[in-house]
Amino acid sequence: MAANRLVGRSFCGTRLITMSDLKTKLEILLGVALCVVVLYGFLYLEHEWEIGLLLVILPLAILFLKRANILSDYQQAARTIPRFTLISFIVGVLVLIVLLRDEHFALLMLTTVLLYVTVSLGLTIQFGFAGLVNFAAIAFFGIGAYSMAVLNYHFHALPDLLIILFSGLTSALLGALLILPILRTKGHYAALITIAFGILLRTFLEVNDVFGGPQGLKVGAIEILGWNFSDSFPSVLGGGSFYMAYAIMALLLAAIAYLLTRLIEASWFGLNMDSVRLDEVASASFGINIPRWKITAFMLGNFFAGLAGAIYAAMSGFIAPASFNFSDSLLLVSIVLLGGIGNAVAVIPAALLIVVLPEKFQVIQEYRLLLFGIVVILILRFRPSGLMPRGLRQYFPRSST
Amino acid sequence: MDLGFFAQYLINGLVQGITYALVAVGFTLFFGVLDVIKFSHGDVLMLGAFTALALFLGLDRLSTPTWLSLTIMLCLGTLTMALLGALLCKFLVLPLKESPPLNTLLITLMFGSVIRESVRLFFPNGSNPKPFPALLPETSINWGNLNLRLDSVILIFTGALAIVLTHLFIQKTRMGLAIRAVAQDEETARLMGINFTKTVLMTFALGSGLAALSGISTGLYYQEINFSMGLMLGVIGFSAAVVGGLGSIYGAIVGGLLFAFLQTLGAIWFSVPAYKDVFAFTVIIMLMAWRPTGLLADRSAERV
Repeated sequence: MAANRLVGRSFCGTRLITMSDLKTKLEILLGVALCVVVLYGFLYLEHEWEIGLLLVILPLAILFLKRANILSDYQQAARTIPRFTLISFIVGVLVLIVLLRDEHFALLMLTTVLLYVTVSLGLTIQFGFAGLVNFAAIAFFGIGAYSMAVLNYHFHALPDLLIILFSGLTSALLGALLILPILRTKGHYAALITIAFGILLRTFLEVNDVFGGPQGLKVGAIEILGWNFSDSFPSVLGGGSFYMAYAIMALLLAAIAYLLTRLIEASWFGLNMDSVRLDEVASASFGINIPRWKITAFMLGNFFAGLAGAIYAAMSGFIAPASFNFSDSLLLVSIVLLGGIGNAVAVIPAALLIVVLPEKFQVIQEYRLLLFGIVVILILRFRPSGLMPRGLRQYFPRSST
Repeated sequence: MDLGFFAQYLINGLVQGITYALVAVGFTLFFGVLDVIKFSHGDVLMLGAFTALALFLGLDRLSTPTWLSLTIMLCLGTLTMALLGALLCKFLVLPLKESPPLNTLLITLMFGSVIRESVRLFFPNGSNPKPFPALLPETSINWGNLNLRLDSVILIFTGALAIVLTHLFIQKTRMGLAIRAVAQDEETARLMGINFTKTVLMTFALGSGLAALSGISTGLYYQEINFSMGLMLGVIGFSAAVVGGLGSIYGAIVGGLLFAFLQTLGAIWFSVPAYKDVFAFTVIIMLMAWRPTGLLADRSAERV
């Protein structure tokens, strides 16, 4: 009986594959196009009523798709050809960037969303996979930003891509200072350590004159092969706002981070991390090296945050301790929680909502922390697994044939 | 350094240490009965100070004598926060009892940020620091380099008295017995006929009341309060409780005094006084790496 049920389960998967492969691909492309249109509207529209209308229509549309089982079919389809789906989504965002090429503000928002997605993916690895709490995400983002500023100033001869990489590494290495206390403690205690670290770092940056004190530092623009990112986009490629270059860079970073997160999740890395999160004693007795996985997750997550911070610093051209507050760390945690802890896809819509909505509704800009606080409380109270809960691990995603 | 300076630092450190200890006792109490961290503790403290300020502004119009308004501020401020603490526990903490501890931490963190933002947005001109009335006598005695302010002495004694009373309450009363029983073993306590919910709510009320007291005394001492003061005091109180050993009242006192001592030491050592917090937190993180269960933790309890 059980075997029958298993077969039945895999038959559901077969249905789409036996249909022509082309049709699946077309479906994916259609979905991507729809997403691009919606995102374009979301970023481009300026009047509050237009956005409001979009926000009313969107959930209804999603609900309808869900009811009609189109959404789950779609997810199934995306799962059968993950590479194609990922690439078409990346191309979709690229198209979006080109469509928005003259809109400075929309591109700035898009870039911020992509950078936040990167940091949240790091948090997903720490939180969602290995079960490590990190309430200092913005501190690691800030370390990346400050390293970018300092390295760019002192080692101008180095290629900027290398400097960004170094900034990520600095962030991971400074985070390594916390490894010992974090390994020796758990839960609340570990949370305290990261909170204390975040506050410590901010205070340190504020009082230290070497790093500009409360006034902050100026950051040079990224320059790759003689192309200065703060100039407007080269006219050979169609021209456009200088944010375009940063948006593309952030997109690449987010895509790589996403790919890496998914690969980790699918591999034995993720399996080990999951088991460390769920039961340390059981994992240890099965020979899983707990410190190793905790350290890997922690450093990798901080590395992502550092990379995102470096690009952020170069894009904004100026950084100050005031941009790296504890409440920003809370905001990042809210993104992960709102999406659904451990679900890498879910951080994307969550980051979009949390970053873009306050910018669009000037009324709520002032109240955004209050509103996010209330939203997170409601989510924790009534739907603790988030908007898009992490699905069960599929051990045989392609075994359906 | 001569004795006068030393005594001065000692007195200042004691005032701060007692304030931190009051906050830390709250953390320890909550953790004792429910194994949770209520992270909105610092913001409850801040709200207590703001409630007292609002009460003062109201009473000032009626031109009540100073001692009376001070009493009203203390009583009402503490009681309101005790009520808030109990409500928070009933509606946000207890329903999440079965979910992972991280969720409780997050929900209280977010509740704290809701309180903080509400004060910033809805208290008249709330985003700026507010002057807090100096209601304590301002006499001071000078002994060489020591300038002994009467209000510091009063604050030290009030704080110490509050902690001693809490201790006596927990050790000597029936309710205190119930609290200790719940802390030791929830299920056995229930079997013995202890009203679990009531005991936990009482504990939260007690801890939050202590937080309000320490908020008001911070206001009286510095004569200024602001909407974000709770965040720092909360983190410091939590660090103090953890370093002392969660679940132990003595630990909370030791932790509070230790943190104030570290800050004072940092302020003396470094030319830039702002480094004192960096120094204190660094030592705390190192101490936690060294003794993860705190300096005075229950040996029997599984804390980490």
